[in-house]
Amino acid sequence: MKLAIVKYNAGNIQSVLYALERIGMEAVVTDDHALLRSADKVIFPGVGEASSAMHYLKERQLDSLIKNLEQPVLGICLGMQLMCRHSEENNTDCLGIFDTTVKRFSGGLKIPQIGWNLVQETREPLFSHLPKEAYCYFVHSYYAALCDETSATTEYGVRFSSALQKGNFYGVQFHPEKSAAVGEQILKNFIHL
Amino acid sequence: MLTKRIIPCLDIKDGRTVKGVNFENIRDAGDPVELGALYARQGADELVFLDITATVEKRKTLSELVNKISHHINIPFTVGGGISSVEDVRVLLQNGADKISVNTAAYRNPQLIAELAREFGSQCVVLAIDTKQEADGEWYVYLNGGRVKTDTRCADWARQAVDLGAGEILLTSMNHDGTKQGFALDITAALAGSLPVPVIASGGGGTMDHFVDVFTTGKADAALAASIFHFKEIGIPELKSHLHDKGIVVRQ
Repeated sequence: MKLAIVKYNAGNIQSVLYALERIGMEAVVTDDHALLRSADKVIFPGVGEASSAMHYLKERQLDSLIKNLEQPVLGICLGMQLMCRHSEENNTDCLGIFDTTVKRFSGGLKIPQIGWNLVQETREPLFSHLPKEAYCYFVHSYYAALCDETSATTEYGVRFSSALQKGNFYGVQFHPEKSAAVGEQILKNFIHL
Repeated sequence: MLTKRIIPCLDIKDGRTVKGVNFENIRDAGDPVELGALYARQGADELVFLDITATVEKRKTLSELVNKISHHINIPFTVGGGISSVEDVRVLLQNGADKISVNTAAYRNPQLIAELAREFGSQCVVLAIDTKQEADGEWYVYLNGGRVKTDTRCADWARQAVDLGAGEILLTSMNHDGTKQGFALDITAALAGSLPVPVIASGGGGTMDHFVDVFTTGKADAALAASIFHFKEIGIPELKSHLHDKGIVVRQ
């Protein structure tokens, strides 16, 4: 099994690598097109800002590469948001894999949302072997609106997509690499797709 | 619904977990990585590691410790203690820390907060404030682990730091720390009720009802404690079960 993590100018890539190690998996962190294309699974993590991340991806033609991957791809947090159509964060056009938009939380909430929140209405296969709802760890100021591709929902002032799936593309807004046993199961489910 | 968080704090000195009372009389409480992993298994929501080692070797040993922690811990953790530059933070984040906390260095150079927020995002910048209520009834900011008093009011500094980009406030009441007489509910509620970022209450948690109080009256988003967990006076599962029974939303 060859696992590749997309290397770009976003934080928390190391955490994903260590989380995979804890469940006995090795991964390569790379921006090399050939390595990413030939991997069995690709993880697209990230904590950061949308427009600078998209700019970085475009400069290296990683935008078209990611969109055209055919193996299972898992976007995490900013990675998932970048896979949507558009983000309100600095009015950024994103990859357009998921047909939804990314909006900023509003209305007297503490922003960012930081902490454990309930992930509900979960769909398989990413949430296999888990209860129908489970707590996961979130850190974000923007959220993906509900759409046909929503595969789990969470509420923070508004109900939003805490997971998305379209074909071989998966995305989670929370951090499975920091979500204790539940997160480990989700990473295992992705690896075993 | 977003849950209230329980955060064990591990004070680290020369690679060991230690704990004092009112910032003094330090005693040993075990291996930080083992203890952290145990808390994660028991349902802690996050961990905070504060390095109180004061040696030149500190930076390197801290980054090595952080690296070891991040290999073994599957929940978020914050690292603090003597962090004073963007480069310090970069090294800690590269070694797997999720957030860093700054205290004295940020007070001396508030632009540090703005620089860190710009470079790494507000979500990983925690401002730790040690505060003490004086005879005049006001809460003042203290520096250098509680040894240096300032004339700045706690609420003013917290507001300024949030405006600069701090993503969370870790508020420690020196009057309450180590006493097990309950958290400082008034100053915690004042900050948590007015700031647009989460407030972590610290100092004074001694019984399970103290945690109930800090989440209800104190409006805290998270509560941090050390010795009651280290010396097994309160278990995290029983604490969470008690909070749940009192109608507080927690992850169990």
